[in-house]
Amino acid sequence: MKVLMIGLELPPDNSGGLGVACYQLCKSLSKNGADIDFILPYEPKHKYDFMNVVSSSKITNKFLDGKINTIAGSATLSTYDSHLFNSAPYRRGWLNISAEPQDNYEAAVDVMTAKNVYDVIHAHDWMTFRAALRAKQKANCPLIVHVHSIERDRSAGLEGNPMVREIEALTFMLADKIIAVSQRTKDMISEDYFIPASKIDVLHNSLDLDDAIPLSGENAYFFLSEMKKLGWKVVTSAGRTTGQKGLPNFMHAAQAVVHKLPKTIFLFVGSGEQLHELMELSADLGIAKNVIFTGFQRGKNWRDAFAIADLFVMPSISEPFGLTPFEAVGYGTPAMISKQSGISEVFANCLKIDFWDINEMANQIASVLSYDSLRDELHANSWQEYAKLSWDSAAIKLLGTYERQMAVNHG
Amino acid sequence: MAERSIVFYLHVHQPHRLKHYTIFDVGKDHNYFDTPEDDKNSNQAVMHKVAQKSYIPTNAKLLELLEQHPEFKLSLSITGTVLEQLEELAPDALDSFKKLVDTGRVEIVGETFHHSLAFFYNREEFETQVNMHKEKIEELFGVTPTAFRNTELAYNNELGKWADENGYKAVLAEGWDKVLGWRSPNFVYKPPGAQNVKLLLKNYKLSDDIAFRFGRRDWEEWPLTADKFAHWLNNSGDATNFDLFMDYETFGEHQWEDTGIFNFLHHLPEEWLKTEGNNFATISEIADKYPASDEVDVPHTITWADTERDLSAWLGNGMQQQAIDNLYELSKAMNESSDWDLIEDWRRLQTSDHFYYMCTKWFSDGDVHAYFSPYQSPYEAFINFMNCYQDLQLRLLQKDEGT
Repeated sequence: MKVLMIGLELPPDNSGGLGVACYQLCKSLSKNGADIDFILPYEPKHKYDFMNVVSSSKITNKFLDGKINTIAGSATLSTYDSHLFNSAPYRRGWLNISAEPQDNYEAAVDVMTAKNVYDVIHAHDWMTFRAALRAKQKANCPLIVHVHSIERDRSAGLEGNPMVREIEALTFMLADKIIAVSQRTKDMISEDYFIPASKIDVLHNSLDLDDAIPLSGENAYFFLSEMKKLGWKVVTSAGRTTGQKGLPNFMHAAQAVVHKLPKTIFLFVGSGEQLHELMELSADLGIAKNVIFTGFQRGKNWRDAFAIADLFVMPSISEPFGLTPFEAVGYGTPAMISKQSGISEVFANCLKIDFWDINEMANQIASVLSYDSLRDELHANSWQEYAKLSWDSAAIKLLGTYERQMAVNHG
Repeated sequence: MAERSIVFYLHVHQPHRLKHYTIFDVGKDHNYFDTPEDDKNSNQAVMHKVAQKSYIPTNAKLLELLEQHPEFKLSLSITGTVLEQLEELAPDALDSFKKLVDTGRVEIVGETFHHSLAFFYNREEFETQVNMHKEKIEELFGVTPTAFRNTELAYNNELGKWADENGYKAVLAEGWDKVLGWRSPNFVYKPPGAQNVKLLLKNYKLSDDIAFRFGRRDWEEWPLTADKFAHWLNNSGDATNFDLFMDYETFGEHQWEDTGIFNFLHHLPEEWLKTEGNNFATISEIADKYPASDEVDVPHTITWADTERDLSAWLGNGMQQQAIDNLYELSKAMNESSDWDLIEDWRRLQTSDHFYYMCTKWFSDGDVHAYFSPYQSPYEAFINFMNCYQDLQLRLLQKDEGT
């Protein structure tokens, strides 16, 4: 089975969960017999041995040096646009939806489809969709589009950028099959784009535990380690500081927790356009000394932020899936997640709150910090779920979808 | 023809469910049970529903059977926490229970008023609750319990000894293979060394055929009819008593009316009584009638729950242990406080259901609905309980300060 896949990023060049999901899914697809050509918008420094990775910028010779971070960070790019339309009207900035990498993708598709015969095209999120439609025409084979987020997610529940929505609408209509990372995402695609539910399959994200990097050495947050010895507790959130993530609500909950339990520190890992607003908010609420902003982190600093915490919180307003709670569990920390997340459909042993329910968020956080028995029971049981995670069943299910679509298209 | 009796025993219980109570309510709101009535998880809503769906129709059927068949008898245990709620919220359902007892052929079995596990934590508190229950039964039904069942049928040799010393004719337990060995549950036994008390053991296979499997269409014996069931009993070899013990809510709540459960109940007496020598007996009657055929040694606690038949559904995880340990740590100060409102709230928190809601055994498997819980997860059950506990403890501490 020959697959042409078009994606935004692959680890180690990543800032969001999409790259990791693509990488682990492809590894599992390859293990189960798929032969994959993967088009990236940039030239990767890393070598991938289980699939053929090609760079669209290398194919067109239009290198996007200096912009790689922008492009490789898919969330960066798309959020930027969604944000602009809603927050900076009359300035036409929102009309720029990064045409250049999309042009490159299209050119790469021309080259690849001329050289190879494909059984199926598989494209991830809107930036690849123009090229994906072109690939479907050129290769005359089924197009599967994989949706990790839609414009409504990225604009924190607002309408988002109409031009991006247009590309999404068109592609959802013309695709042969849509794969959504959660039931929640499937429902939103149906609602926003009038796509029949029968055209959308749910394929929940997972984690390949072989790729999990173990903790090593002394925790990077030495200050917090010392404070914990003095009886302080740590609550971590990690991800982009952007409207979608629901962090202002979380900050208000933090205030209520600190009021009850003054020896609590809230660690915010990540950066984004809302960062300064959050800093100001922590000061306005009088809890600036209980809040630490680390900015963008990766590697050991990222892992240790989970490990140092007594509780990890993902308070997102809209989260198509959201893998970080599983990462937290992997590093020894139980999780609280918003019910407005895809992961809440598959993760049982965690605390679940509505993103708007500040009181309940604070209530449950305070309880975890007060009772070790609750924290331990949560972690022990969530670890059981974590240890069973694998991409294999998802990959096998997806190969079945490929085959059915090929039969439909040939039949 | 040898005599054989069905000992039909139903357990009636509803807890006082806690309302949603947060850390921010502690110290400010001392009512833990007053969920708004229009909430489907409120004590009022549950009581109205279960009275309409289960208690009233089932009691009507039972009364009809008692009137039709002079040989029909049964035993009931009704907790204090459900009796209080019946008095307040469903007096017509309470009257229907009284009418059953008034026939003289329905025995009321003793237990703790608050459906608690106090026996394993505080013997004095346990005895207080047993007496409270006895007094409530005497007040409402005019009878005094002569048989005893502990919460969740939790039983061990110690309980057997206690029941023996306290003059009961019978005590109930699960007829679990691990304690019975080769022996059949269909005889009367006694605890080791008991002078007076007999041990009646639930025939869990026959009981669960009705309580759990009755409505299951994938069960090979479905549909279970009264004549088929009577036939099984008639052909089950030597026996004096078939102990069919189950939750009362089997009728109309666990098994809905459309499964045919009331029809089964309707026909069971006539089908059973067709055979000469067959009859019904109450628990105390059967204990009076037969000498113990053997002693049954139960060194470790058994219950009627789950495949494990132990207390792990209530006390199996760290949250449950912390919650119940903290609660009983207050025993001494509570009793010294003489604040009866406070003590009553403390006792309502002892009801075993609160700990059951914190059970994580089945949660990972997604089998969240194995048992009705008003909470979305066992963790929320713990959080809510501990918040109420904090307020209770605060009231107690403030009381100490004040005196």
